[in-house]
Amino acid sequence: MGRTIFKDGDVISGAVLAALGVYIVMQSLAWEYSGPDGPGPGFFPFWYGVAMVALSLLLVVNAVRRSGGERQGAIDWPAIKRALSTWAAFALSVALMNWLGFLLSFALLTFFIVAVVFRRSLIAAGVTAVVTALGFYLVFPVALSLELPTGLFGF
Amino acid sequence: MDALSGLLHGFQVALQPANLFWCFVGCLLGTIVGILPGLGPAATIAMLLPLTYKMDPAGGIIMMAGIYYGAKYGGSTTSILLNIPGESSSVVTCLDGYQMARKGRAGAALGIAAIASFVAGTVGVVGLTLIAPPVAAFALSFSSPENFALMCLGLALVVLLSGQSLIKGMLSMLLGLWLSSIGTDLFTAQARFIFGQAALLGHIDVMVIAIGVFAIAEVLSSIEAGDDAKVLPVPRGLRNLLPNMAELKACRFAFLNGSVTGFLLGCLPGAGATIASFISYGIEKAVSKHPEQFGQGAPEGVAAPEGANNADTGGALVPLLTLGIPGGSSTAIMLSALVLWGVKPGPLMMLESPDVFWGLVCSMYLGNVMLLILNLPLVPLFAQILRLSAYILFPCILGISIVGAYGGSMFNLGLVVAFGLLGYLMVKLKYPAAPLILGFVLGDNMERALRQSLMMSQGDLTTFVHRPISAIMLGLAVLILLTPLLGHLNRLRVRAITESG
Repeated sequence: MGRTIFKDGDVISGAVLAALGVYIVMQSLAWEYSGPDGPGPGFFPFWYGVAMVALSLLLVVNAVRRSGGERQGAIDWPAIKRALSTWAAFALSVALMNWLGFLLSFALLTFFIVAVVFRRSLIAAGVTAVVTALGFYLVFPVALSLELPTGLFGF
Repeated sequence: MDALSGLLHGFQVALQPANLFWCFVGCLLGTIVGILPGLGPAATIAMLLPLTYKMDPAGGIIMMAGIYYGAKYGGSTTSILLNIPGESSSVVTCLDGYQMARKGRAGAALGIAAIASFVAGTVGVVGLTLIAPPVAAFALSFSSPENFALMCLGLALVVLLSGQSLIKGMLSMLLGLWLSSIGTDLFTAQARFIFGQAALLGHIDVMVIAIGVFAIAEVLSSIEAGDDAKVLPVPRGLRNLLPNMAELKACRFAFLNGSVTGFLLGCLPGAGATIASFISYGIEKAVSKHPEQFGQGAPEGVAAPEGANNADTGGALVPLLTLGIPGGSSTAIMLSALVLWGVKPGPLMMLESPDVFWGLVCSMYLGNVMLLILNLPLVPLFAQILRLSAYILFPCILGISIVGAYGGSMFNLGLVVAFGLLGYLMVKLKYPAAPLILGFVLGDNMERALRQSLMMSQGDLTTFVHRPISAIMLGLAVLILLTPLLGHLNRLRVRAITESG
């Protein structure tokens, strides 16, 4: 049963949000709650922090009470891995934009998604990456003069 | 000059070829700005401001207003097709608009958005024409306690946006309140929750959060679900791409609700189109005979917020033109333009500058017709975007998200990455995203109004119930919050009666 409860997303998310609520309350106590001019910067966060702790604990209690009778559905780890690898590639491409600029980073991201996530041929991935990245570059920075991250190569 | 003679004079001004041209240019630019990410109406108006110095004031303000309300027409397009809100006021449109697109009704959703925008935009202008002075006076009676009560009423809508779990909806909303507190406290300059990041001192942009929890999360969820080929179905034939009579009939009340809610809230400085769209959606769901369909692709869920979003324009011009008080960034730039041209917005503007006042009002009637003619034929064209294969569409959505969130700040892109993961986790754990945006949008205004009210009343909380408007709105908020509890009690009562009988 312990493992079931641990696996329950409501218990985990409830615990995380309760911890966040405690953090908010602790932080708010470090700021003025009320002064001669009225409520201070700690007033509002204190109350929503308290509400967050209370509701998170309620969520956890409900989930624990429920977990005995309900079985969790099977988790499709390969599917989750596909989504998280896309997110990781997106995060990496954003991190690389300071050095490679939008054009190259976005082309690499597109190549990864088409070739690895969707398992298309390398040629299809290469063509899609180049055409999409160039299309974005021509529409936004060139035609509309919208600012996009530039890297060491100046684009 | 009474309203009728004012209108006649206004149409004489607005129908001059040059002003018609500027109206069209404004509407076209506004539509493009609304569709494109990263370029809001305020920024576009600001960029064009120097170009209008030598223009006739009537032509200049007609073009600026065209950009302002045209952007609201265009803002729904990416919300419906890609789950990327074009403007913060289009966030609510994602909820049902994108679900309609998933069911092959993208064209119908775009059509309903265009028609709602036209109806509500026109109602907003009628309101501006006929009842501007009394409504402006009413808006002035709104002080901090009334604003706080309005924000409470808005937050109470979490009950209607929560889906299956009210607790999760409220936690999502509280997360939004916390995110809205990040940055510098306006009253004391105290830095709050910035984690040592100077970039957070200036608060987080709502679009960064919305793009993360809606667009990025949708891409990740679709990839997880294995949507491999075509992402969404698109029916063939023009007739199937536009809303049918049953859908339009279902939206009758939503058009009216969006129009009235949007106009009235637009009149209140600081309330804004985003709040109006959330409240009109909440009202629509509350009075609907099938509230369970909201969030699953209900046409009314598109019509009400899109209507409110556009009627807000007429409302926002009421305090601007009759009191000289701008309600948002776009109207603030328009105010500075009027001042630069030597026009004094205020109670005497109708008499002192009838060309500008009535010319602008009448150009908005014409502009709304132009926008409908411009937008409806584009619906089938836009709907074709969904015919793209997933492996092309998803990178494009990520690219548009980067363009929309960047705004010169790499830190914003880092936040989009983080909020994308948060949004994905929320989808996995069945936390609704809309209450998070609601909490974020209302949080800052709510805290400010609460603290100002308590300062005014020297800490006396009864100030909120001693003022009639505030008391009524707080009462409504409590009633909405108690609705699920009353429903639960009623079910228990029915069960007890059934078992005893």
